[in-house]
Amino acid sequence: MSGSFDPSLEAAPGYSFTARTAFTVALLAVLALLPAYAAWSGNAFVLTLFTRVLILALGAVSLNLIMGYGGMVSFGHAAYLGVGGYAVGILAREGVDSGFVQWPAAIAAAALYALVVGALSLRTRGVYFIMITLAFAQMIYYVAIGLDRYGGDDGLTIYRRSQFGGLLDLNNKTVFYYLCFAFLLGGIYLVARIVNSRFGLVIRGTRSNERRMHAIGFATFRYKLVCFVIAGALCGLAGALLANHTNFISPALMHWTRSGDLIVMVVLGGLGSLFGPLIGAAVFLLLEEGLSRLTEYPDLILGPLLLLVAIYAHGGIEGLLKRRSRD
Amino acid sequence: MTEPLLRIERLTRRFGGVLAADTITLDIAREEVHAVIGPNGAGKTTLIGLVAGEIAPQEGSVRFDGGDITRLPAHRRSRLGLARSFQITSLFRDFTALDNVALAVQAHRDHSFRFWRDARNEDELRKPALEALARVGLAERAGVRVERLSHGEHRQLEIAMALATQPRLLLLDEPMAGMGPEESAQMVRLLQGLKGRMTILLIEHDMEAVFALADRLTVLVYGRIIASGPPEAIRADAAVREAYLGEQGSGKGGARHG
Repeated sequence: MSGSFDPSLEAAPGYSFTARTAFTVALLAVLALLPAYAAWSGNAFVLTLFTRVLILALGAVSLNLIMGYGGMVSFGHAAYLGVGGYAVGILAREGVDSGFVQWPAAIAAAALYALVVGALSLRTRGVYFIMITLAFAQMIYYVAIGLDRYGGDDGLTIYRRSQFGGLLDLNNKTVFYYLCFAFLLGGIYLVARIVNSRFGLVIRGTRSNERRMHAIGFATFRYKLVCFVIAGALCGLAGALLANHTNFISPALMHWTRSGDLIVMVVLGGLGSLFGPLIGAAVFLLLEEGLSRLTEYPDLILGPLLLLVAIYAHGGIEGLLKRRSRD
Repeated sequence: MTEPLLRIERLTRRFGGVLAADTITLDIAREEVHAVIGPNGAGKTTLIGLVAGEIAPQEGSVRFDGGDITRLPAHRRSRLGLARSFQITSLFRDFTALDNVALAVQAHRDHSFRFWRDARNEDELRKPALEALARVGLAERAGVRVERLSHGEHRQLEIAMALATQPRLLLLDEPMAGMGPEESAQMVRLLQGLKGRMTILLIEHDMEAVFALADRLTVLVYGRIIASGPPEAIRADAAVREAYLGEQGSGKGGARHG
């Protein structure tokens, strides 16, 4: 029947096998088998690159929750990566290297920061919201520069990755890769549950028509704020992973161009689709990597590509696949 | 004597230099259908906005069921039992008809901080929503996305969403807007079925519908009430004929009844 391609039902179990599902399954299979390939080929770099893809994909998943489903275009999302990363880095510098402390601290700090930013910025709409989230991110960027004890402008090296009491050895690249993969899948599953729950429908209804939401009796602000905090917490976790991945934190982690990258990933992959952010992050980072080998100016190619997506493919890559599978 | 369900007193709202509501005083009795008519730009939709809580008045007060609601935001008023429909269809376009109504049901079920369970599998929400859809004749179209529904169906869905919140006062902003004669007649039958079960404040241009439904009529011109009373009295009122009904004499509506 005509309602069968309702994107709102995409998390429903047992949807038919389409080009889109095939692509998603293939991508997940590649990601799952990647460490084996890296070991077989002796190419450690590919594992490092894809670990980065997974981590930034988690950040994009988090941004997609508020931007794709909630219509809140946050132009300061890298700040949560930064807050999460700095929580890990600062604790490590102060001699606390237990991951059981560091990671919850990263999540909590990012959530708290999101609460403050959200409480103030969600009172505005459209361009003003974008500008305020950007302003907050810039502010915290300069705060990080001012943290002399933690490296200031130069950043801070993390000499020991988060310790999990012998349970997990994050120095093992394969272990770390699978941990990131698990967190990413967990994050996607979490978003899938949320967007189809009562809470999620409120968020999506608010994106679609906030005035009507008020008229039928919803106080939308508190739902948006909670959604904003959830996204911030999730991105804080990505920040903790990123700090461990690079063994280094610096203000560059939350530079506004990084926030832009996250938006690009989400738009490229497909706004408001569950696996879109992962697809977007993979395509973006692999293109960036590949192009930077070919040319000194990868943006010259990435830029126009993004323009094409913005003009011709509103649903992003996910949307293109969906359209194909509809035929 | 029982207090009217809605009591509007000296309600005033200016937009720049324009008085969209000029010291409006109006009582809506319990379970009456009260129609507000008036030429375009008379401030009818503003009046609905003021009562629904989307527009703040500069002066005056609104009392609902004995309580002052003048400063209450729209969502709180909705929870007290005020529901509105929109003149320009205002739905959740990427949801199905059933999703739209279920969301309205959900709005009136304690809070929505439930993050895990699939809300589309909750009978508690779907059943009342389906009932509301059935009431407006849209049960068959429950699974269809809003953007694929016809204009007439959008109008029906508007009503279903308002009904789903089980309102005590229904504010209908031109429910027949853009409908053909057949659809209009269907809508009139639907609204007649609601008569006596809830209080309705109806804004409508279709005079045939207004005279078929309304217990009382209020005529608004340039933000001011120029007449208010039972339909026969309004029809006979010279000022009204001149200001409104007569003015449309050459067109549809008024003259046929005037």
